[in-house]
Amino acid sequence: MSNTDVVITGIGATTPLGPDVTSTWDGLLAGRSGVRALETDWAETYDLPVRIGATLAEEPTEKIPRVRARRLDRCEQVALIAAWQAWEDAGFALPSDDGEDVEPERLGVSIGTGIGGPVTLLEQDDNLEQHGMRKVSPLTVPMLMPNGPAAHVGIELRARAGVHSPASACASGAEGIAKAFDMIRSGKADVVVAGGAEACIHPITIAGFAQARTVSTRNDDPEHASRPFDVDRDGFVLGEGAGVVVLESAAHAEARGARVYGKVAGTGITSDAYHITGNHPDGIGQIAAMREAIEHAGITARDVGHVNAHATSTVVGDVGEAAAIRAALGDHPVVTAPKSALGHLVGGAGAVEGIATLLSIYHGIVPATLNLGELDPKVELDVVAGEPRKVALSAAISNSFGFGGHNTALLFTTA
Amino acid sequence: MADKTELLTGLAEIVEEVAGVAKDDVTAEKSFVDDLDIDSLSMVEIAVQAEDRFGVKIPDDELANLKTVGDAVDYVAANSK
Repeated sequence: MSNTDVVITGIGATTPLGPDVTSTWDGLLAGRSGVRALETDWAETYDLPVRIGATLAEEPTEKIPRVRARRLDRCEQVALIAAWQAWEDAGFALPSDDGEDVEPERLGVSIGTGIGGPVTLLEQDDNLEQHGMRKVSPLTVPMLMPNGPAAHVGIELRARAGVHSPASACASGAEGIAKAFDMIRSGKADVVVAGGAEACIHPITIAGFAQARTVSTRNDDPEHASRPFDVDRDGFVLGEGAGVVVLESAAHAEARGARVYGKVAGTGITSDAYHITGNHPDGIGQIAAMREAIEHAGITARDVGHVNAHATSTVVGDVGEAAAIRAALGDHPVVTAPKSALGHLVGGAGAVEGIATLLSIYHGIVPATLNLGELDPKVELDVVAGEPRKVALSAAISNSFGFGGHNTALLFTTA
Repeated sequence: MADKTELLTGLAEIVEEVAGVAKDDVTAEKSFVDDLDIDSLSMVEIAVQAEDRFGVKIPDDELANLKTVGDAVDYVAANSK
């Protein structure tokens, strides 16, 4: 492993707060909620206990032409939209007959998803049941496969240094960025387009999460349903969206005079080996992930001024993470929990929240945690509530944890 | 036997729906792959829709021989009920 610096030169997202990074970031700072009542009849049809979700602010078909869209699962659509934005934001043009802005053999992709394309699977199963095999789309498998989002982005951007799709549930987007960091550090690629995507708000996912008793049932008050660290929290709100960043070796970025948002200075990836949905009660995996990221970056816990928490608004999870942050870093970091506004983007969460963490360093401001009326006394941290807080930051951590016991900490610093 | 002009119009509508090629560009001499940039996956969808619309069976080995739009029109004209 070399000591290559890895910088971020492009960012893109489509989220429940807005169709791009600017609107999403403005929404976080303004304290807007992306959670709303689901405009469907299936909640009633199946008598689901959950009738709220963090749906996209803009339908992907606003950006993707009809014929192209019908060949893509919604998860692939949001990944592609976020990747286009990040690519353009980095100052690159799309590959054409005239050539490429990045040498294909030095360009990689690492875009994870938690679940992938279950909605396609179910739609095509309906076709099979109702009309027979002739009506099953030949695109069924490429639309539902979890590497689909990364593969489509790789084809679009002409990436030949490897296309990866980490699957670690709600940590997938963060692990996508961590994998990209490794690809650049190891010399495998100069540029990697990285992040995560999810778009499977459907009765089966809602029912499954509801049966696991992990989601909020505050149906009469959607905007206040997601309330991480608050005493009245009752579960997360399922969301959809994608975040993608362009990671680049510092030398490559400097040679082309690119604008740099900041660095990925270290990553920590651990696994609990404990329970398929519950976190280890002592937080050993989460603590180890944060410590690993710090050691990786060659800084100390004291240097980490901000934590963008995973905090999904579950009763047990939020308290566990709060204790892990105190154990790994102390009580000095300024903490925020963006799922209060974004909902839980599952495989997209770690990437979108990584971008928010980066922007907090870049702009020197931490968005407030929405709906934090009364801090749970067991959360002994400095959680930003009410208004955003201006704070000069040199380093910050974004936490992402997933079903399966996956723990990923991304450490961002100033360039 | 169906009228070939009508078959061409119908086929062009299917190609536009599945592959996004403008109907007017779907003319007899065009190659599905080389001129209209239609991949093998879309060809399967086009064939299934054509079977339903024109009441014809297009086995895979026949489908492979339908290189141009005109080939497809001729096949359907000769085999539809």
